[in-house]
Amino acid sequence: MRALAAIAAKELRDGLRNRWALSIALGLAVLALVIAWFGPAASGKVGFASLGATVVSLASLAVFLVPLVALLLGYEAVVGEAERGTLLLLLAYPVSRGLLLAGKFAGHALLLAAAVAVGLGGAALALAATGAAEAEGFWPAFARLVGSTVLLGWAFLALAYALSAGAREKGRAAALALAAWLGLVLVYDLVLLGALVAAAGRIPAWLFEALLVANPADAFRVLNLGGEAAKEALGGLGGVARGAALSPALLVAVLLAWTALLLGLAFWRFVRRPV
Amino acid sequence: MSELLAIRGAEVRFGPVAALRGLDLSVRAGEVVGLLGHNGAGKTTTMKLALGLLRPQSGSVRLLGADPAGPEGCRARARVGFLPENVSFYEMLTGREVLRYLARLKGRPAAEADRLLEQMGLAHAADRRVRTWSKGMRQRLGLAQALLGRPALLLLDEPTVGLDPMATAELYATIGRLRAAGAGVVLCSHVLAGIERHIDRCVIVGHGRVLAAGTLEELRARARLPIRVRVRGRWSEPPLQGLGEGEGVVARRINGHQLELDVAPERKLAVLRALASEPGVEDLDVRPPGLETLYAHFDAMLHRGPHGEGA
Repeated sequence: MRALAAIAAKELRDGLRNRWALSIALGLAVLALVIAWFGPAASGKVGFASLGATVVSLASLAVFLVPLVALLLGYEAVVGEAERGTLLLLLAYPVSRGLLLAGKFAGHALLLAAAVAVGLGGAALALAATGAAEAEGFWPAFARLVGSTVLLGWAFLALAYALSAGAREKGRAAALALAAWLGLVLVYDLVLLGALVAAAGRIPAWLFEALLVANPADAFRVLNLGGEAAKEALGGLGGVARGAALSPALLVAVLLAWTALLLGLAFWRFVRRPV
Repeated sequence: MSELLAIRGAEVRFGPVAALRGLDLSVRAGEVVGLLGHNGAGKTTTMKLALGLLRPQSGSVRLLGADPAGPEGCRARARVGFLPENVSFYEMLTGREVLRYLARLKGRPAAEADRLLEQMGLAHAADRRVRTWSKGMRQRLGLAQALLGRPALLLLDEPTVGLDPMATAELYATIGRLRAAGAGVVLCSHVLAGIERHIDRCVIVGHGRVLAAGTLEELRARARLPIRVRVRGRWSEPPLQGLGEGEGVVARRINGHQLELDVAPERKLAVLRALASEPGVEDLDVRPPGLETLYAHFDAMLHRGPHGEGA
């Protein structure tokens, strides 16, 4: 366990030292504030409008940004060490591949969680300073947003690990990560909505729900856009999702399951990887 | 445990390419084994096999009595030091941070990392990022990490590459101390010059097979290569009478007062006696075949085919 802590601590320190975590947290906070503040501009005013609208806006921001950030953080995890030549050295130590993977993931997961918490939390504090916190359920809504965003990030971090563990070269892992982001965050939703419209209600509810949880980004969307606070501000899939019988607990479990599954895949590929 | 490392009949294939074809290697406590062969002979594959990074398709590998690819072997690696060929580190960390990190992975205190930095003469640069270090310094850092935890078995892949003559001498001195303390050492090298004084046994590999193994004396006895004798003196007629030229002795005149003889091992003493009793002979220089000559001999047998062994 000391070795696991040492590996995790190194990843954490690397991320703090190269200011990765700081830039992500700052970027997230600034974007969150801009969106929360100017989001209602279309309706003719600026400033904190309603909790529901703010949470929906921030969730939409998070679902684009956080998967990308997580993929960029994790795509080098295995293939980067292999290309640098340090993987051969580390594996000659009394460290199993599983431990190495778990330690690196723990460090990256903490780093990502800290960046998200500081970024979104910072935005929440800034909004609270303008009096927005008086809205009922402000803090619980933000806590839920931060928590679900962290889970979203972890699922995509695990995906990045799975890609990294199987990739021959760093460039290939990066290309796959980018393709995964495009596919899961942008294309999947469009195709799903399109199919829904084209089928004109002939898609059974269970299939639709299964398709929603088959993508961690959509599980996150349903979790946040289907929530009580978001009922008043719906759009796209959120409206459809409201009718779906997917409880928040189930969606959280789905995000955790994706993380575990993809991390398992990363381990499976890493063990088979020639050094 | 008598054998620190025991590889028996190991075969490793990468797709259609056979990297090892029935390789045997055994290392005992307190001995330095030279694993010699040119690039692509299978030296690095053998190291990976010993560390459990590869599994043989057939044959067996025991590292400190355990299967290196299993969980016991993973624990056994705490007592093994490995210096990879062309070792590389985290460029953005300082030397001290790198070595302390690796020490923690081996369950060793940070103070041991600091002591090794001192011992390797790296203390002055320890707090600079490795990115700014020279090749020789990185190599010494590589050696320092291999020495973490006083290993019972040390696997060194081309350890002298990038080292200046002084650092090379220090490396051999360190290896000598470890051997005296009971450690076993595998020294992989394709640079043969100067290595023979530092190894107890050599294993010459080529094309994934052991071409020859044994002490230098054993290899000489097997190769039956001639001994070179240089004769210097004053003579009008070269002192070749009674040496049996043509029967295990080949002579070359270098100049008017120097002669070079290639003498078959079993004729050595007779030739030396005859030469010593020649009044004109002033000096004799006797040179048994060196490691480079032996290596060339066994390597050439490989190219003559698998049946060349009996020659």
